[in-house]
Amino acid sequence: MTSATLTPGAALGSQRVSENVRYYEDAVRLFVIAAVFWGVVGFLAGVFIALQLAFPALNLGLEWTSFGRLRPVHTSAVIFAFGGNVLFATSLYSVQRTSRQFLFGGEGLAKFVFWNYNIFIVLAALSYVLGYTQGKEYAEPEWILDLYLTVIWVLYAIQFVGTVMTRKESHIYVANWFFMAFILTVAILHIGNNVNVPVSLTGMKSYPFVSGVQSAMVQWWYGHNAVGFFLTAGFLGIMYYFVPKRAERPVYSYRLSIVHFWTLIFLYIWAGPHHLHYTALPDWAQTLGMTFSVMLWMPSWGGMINGIMTLSGAWDKLRTDPVLRFLVTSVAFYGMSTFEGPLMSVKPVNALSHYTDWTVGHVHSGALGWVAFISFGAIYYLVPVLWKRSQLYSLRLVSYHFWTATIGIVLYITAMWVSGIMQGLMWRAYDNLGFLQYSFVETVAAMHPFYVIRAMGGVLFLAGALIMVYNLWRTAKGDVRIEKPYASAPHKAAVGAA
Amino acid sequence: MAQKEKDALSGVETTGHEWDGLRELNNPLPKWWLYIFYVCIAWSLVYYVLYPAWPLGKSYTKGLLGYSQREELVQKVAEGKKAQEKYLTAIAATSVEDIQKNKDLLAFAMAGGRSYFNENCAACHGAGGQGAKGFPTLADDVWLWGGTTADIYKTIQHGIRADDADTRGTVGIGMTAFGKDGILNREQIGQVAEYVLSLNKRSTDAAAAAKGKTVYDENCAACHGDSAQGSVAAGLDVGAPPLVTANWLYGGDKASLVETITNGRAGVMPAWSKRLDDATVKSLAVYVHNLGGGK
Repeated sequence: MTSATLTPGAALGSQRVSENVRYYEDAVRLFVIAAVFWGVVGFLAGVFIALQLAFPALNLGLEWTSFGRLRPVHTSAVIFAFGGNVLFATSLYSVQRTSRQFLFGGEGLAKFVFWNYNIFIVLAALSYVLGYTQGKEYAEPEWILDLYLTVIWVLYAIQFVGTVMTRKESHIYVANWFFMAFILTVAILHIGNNVNVPVSLTGMKSYPFVSGVQSAMVQWWYGHNAVGFFLTAGFLGIMYYFVPKRAERPVYSYRLSIVHFWTLIFLYIWAGPHHLHYTALPDWAQTLGMTFSVMLWMPSWGGMINGIMTLSGAWDKLRTDPVLRFLVTSVAFYGMSTFEGPLMSVKPVNALSHYTDWTVGHVHSGALGWVAFISFGAIYYLVPVLWKRSQLYSLRLVSYHFWTATIGIVLYITAMWVSGIMQGLMWRAYDNLGFLQYSFVETVAAMHPFYVIRAMGGVLFLAGALIMVYNLWRTAKGDVRIEKPYASAPHKAAVGAA
Repeated sequence: MAQKEKDALSGVETTGHEWDGLRELNNPLPKWWLYIFYVCIAWSLVYYVLYPAWPLGKSYTKGLLGYSQREELVQKVAEGKKAQEKYLTAIAATSVEDIQKNKDLLAFAMAGGRSYFNENCAACHGAGGQGAKGFPTLADDVWLWGGTTADIYKTIQHGIRADDADTRGTVGIGMTAFGKDGILNREQIGQVAEYVLSLNKRSTDAAAAAKGKTVYDENCAACHGDSAQGSVAAGLDVGAPPLVTANWLYGGDKASLVETITNGRAGVMPAWSKRLDDATVKSLAVYVHNLGGGK
């Protein structure tokens, strides 16, 4: 070991990146705009279908606006449209910088991927509303749209991996390992779960090549890893770039990043059967799904440790930088969800939780708390950089967004915990003569107040996102809000605390 | 050009790599993290020894405990059935009247009836039998097909205008559509509706009501009874409701009455003996009888 000693604030001192390099950013800007747009659309759709569950009259008596058709519009809008565009934006932005290389295939390819991916999103949403679906959760688009997406995805993979392969750095940065795992595995999952036989080449309808419990197993191999690789590995890539960047601190542990990367991607792919506990799936497959889920707990937490501990020595920034607060809180939610997930995969727990609102609450603590929060943090970081502004329009508004959204999440997930556990207990309640204590409709009636609370949580989350839209709009225009700045914490205290 | 550096805040070395200003510290794996990971792996290994776990071509490792989810289900269902067997056998062998007289059987039939009712009947008749438009209230004392336990038992078994040889009424045939079929003109329908309202002291046109009485006597009394007391009170088995009542199946305002007289009505209920076993139907009959309105 030699020479240089890093000091806080001067962490960028010895970097070799030239500030003058103009990486390709036009497509990245488009992806950011699309991400924000689809985020609002997706949250709005979520609020609407949450209200439909509380007040069924909102189905409006029309097939196109019924819950069954709007629900995949919501899930696809938030996961693939919002989350997808965030992943494109952040990965294509950071891969150039961490590879010191321009995008392979150039700006044109990135824009081609942008337009076609977003056209795909619109076509998929339209097809759901019109009643076309494969009936597979998170894989609803019919065969023709699946083929379209495959082409887009392969082009994206070529662009990203090509950039990494032509890099001018000797090592591949950890964020890029995660992005590549995400891109490769999502390609395999998408193709594997959409091996369908079209009824005719001129029609939308198709049927899965495998049937019965095999089809269910393929679907949940896909479904669970859509969470694992799209919403976890991909977003860990975001975490590994934007958290150390914003905190201006080194990543906590290189060794941990290696071990948790390989264990995570190896173990995740086996955990799918826990979605099919107590079904026709053979016992042995259920066992494997459950045990791999439990073994996955620590590999998941490796990412949380690396994310949170990267702040050692910079904790004081949480007081003065609400953008960093979004990033770090997201990692905390990630830790909570990845503890809850293995817990729910344990069969006796699953016997209570499965098919209840608890699952919905679990998904949303991950989706709102982890995926959306880290996305907000990355977007707040990116917009001033991409639009060449010195700072955000308002940090105070970021803080308002943070608290509004956090209260929204807390309302959402606590309502679903209570409602889900109540629902599960009511379903299994017997009287002393051996009769079911409650009918199904009684459980539905009992959940009504929690559905209302959940919808209120969703409204708050949506309101927070609208604050963000305003803030970003003014930032892009180059405005700066006159407001009281956050007092920077005394540097000595921070060092003492560390 | 890996140049190892030392982080001033933590005193930990970096790996010497740098990307876009990002560096990595070379901290070791946290011990607690590693040990919990090992514990999870060990737990899984123990689980593999005890439970079905690994596929072996057409078979799989069975595990020392010999656990099978399918067998567990069969066993639990059998246990549940065995616990209820004594009562179910007794109920199947006892008439619905006698069930009411036996304290134990009544308690069991009421508990079961409530559960069966909520799963099968409440969707139309309401959770407490409060009824809805077109679906009779079961908690009052108006009965279209008889309110004794035996009557209710028969109605549930065979349904109303249902696909069943012993069903109540006749499939597809209910109250005549007096207007649609051209038996009464609009004026006469208005008059008889006024007459029905007058029976309930709600008529606003005494002259029309008086004319309506004639129409009633000629067209309606055959089923609804001379004093509109309903088919059951008139000793008929046609399911015609009493018209002197506060509780209307299809609405008691003038517009609803006119609609009913014009287009007729023919409510339907499925024959439940085709879906539920006899002990269940009997329990339901006892439960419905005890909802408050049984006779």
